Amino acid sequence: MSDSSQNTIIDAREVAQALEKAFPSAPIAWEENLSPSAQHAIVLDPAHALACAQWLKNDSPWQWDFLSNVTGVDWTDEALALQAKARIKADPSVDPESLPKEGYLEAVYHLYSINKGLGPLVLRLRTANRKNDVSLPSLTPVWRSAEFQEREIFDLFGIVFEGHPDMRRIMMWDDFEGHPMRKDFVEADDYEYEPTPHDAVLKRCQERFADPANRRQ
Amino acid sequence: MDEGLKSELQKAGIFTTTLNDLYNWGRGNSLWPLQFGLACCAIEMIATSMSRYDLARFGAEVFRPSPRQADLMIVSGTVTKKMAPQVVRLFKQMPSPKYVIAMGACAISGGPFKQGYNVLKGIDRYIPVDVHIPGCPPRPEALLHAIMTLQRKIAQDTLHPCRRKEEEAERIAALPVPEHGSHDLLPPKHDVLWHPEPVERS
Repeated sequence: MSDSSQNTIIDAREVAQALEKAFPSAPIAWEENLSPSAQHAIVLDPAHALACAQWLKNDSPWQWDFLSNVTGVDWTDEALALQAKARIKADPSVDPESLPKEGYLEAVYHLYSINKGLGPLVLRLRTANRKNDVSLPSLTPVWRSAEFQEREIFDLFGIVFEGHPDMRRIMMWDDFEGHPMRKDFVEADDYEYEPTPHDAVLKRCQERFADPANRRQ
Repeated sequence: MDEGLKSELQKAGIFTTTLNDLYNWGRGNSLWPLQFGLACCAIEMIATSMSRYDLARFGAEVFRPSPRQADLMIVSGTVTKKMAPQVVRLFKQMPSPKYVIAMGACAISGGPFKQGYNVLKGIDRYIPVDVHIPGCPPRPEALLHAIMTLQRKIAQDTLHPCRRKEEEAERIAALPVPEHGSHDLLPPKHDVLWHPEPVERS
């Protein structure tokens, strides 16, 4: 047990190995974080995620009892290509074919163990693609604190969490179409009054007002 | 009444006024704001109403929990597109004469969230705003200044029936509460109320 004021960061690889031992049939993948923070992640496959989560919380020696954060990431094909480039540059022995090419949506879970003073442990869940197969198992039955955050991810990224007790939008209104945090989301065109446009807004204004009919707002 | 005569009479200890002035004096000095806050500006509004800044000095400290009892709406904070219809509905539920102060960068234009997908680009698209306060958030002094500005505006009111004013009030009262569309509010603005300065683009 560590000093109560500071969490001990443990090697997530150790947890991944224990998971592999506990679930021999589940494909447990490993995602290395190349940045200085080195917060490596365990990638669970959707079919076994719920059982793995239950094991991590109740039966593992670390007792990951506190879920502090759930967030979403939209990986487009372009973003994956950029990431693959960085991976190959960092380690030329990586097989480019082994890196994913088709974009997907990702839910990221940050776990702590209050009991043991450990954390964070990062879990990632990935959908099959970002178009039609966008469901993941909900981890709300395991960690209740995931409820609102999974709803937020559903609202803003469009991941459908199966097994969630109350899967509906939380921020945007019910009739809203689309998911605003997706990279390809198209905003409502209410740029009719922009006295001092700059950057991306300037570009949009120039496109819109290229037509002399729209010149005067 | 002639201002000079009024002043002479006052020197002699005779105070004269008109019904019009009396009405405006009463209205201006007993503004009852609607008690609601939308974001961080509301914290400054609360501070303004407390003893250090003491909104009671200007007669506007009676925050009412019901729009039926309020005649001043202080839009204090970010108006999201999800919240906008409720704010407009509250305004419509207030009895006339009613006044609106748009407090802070968000309420007047969307502020730092102007380019976002979920924030209304100024409450003056849907309701008539009497005083705009810039700032993020404005200091309590700025809100006090806005109340004093509003009082000066109220002092210019007339009791005489004015057809143009009545028609305008009717037009505003008839405007619908915006509804949530698939991407934006419908309508995105009320053209009767919101007509910004034209901006020439080269």
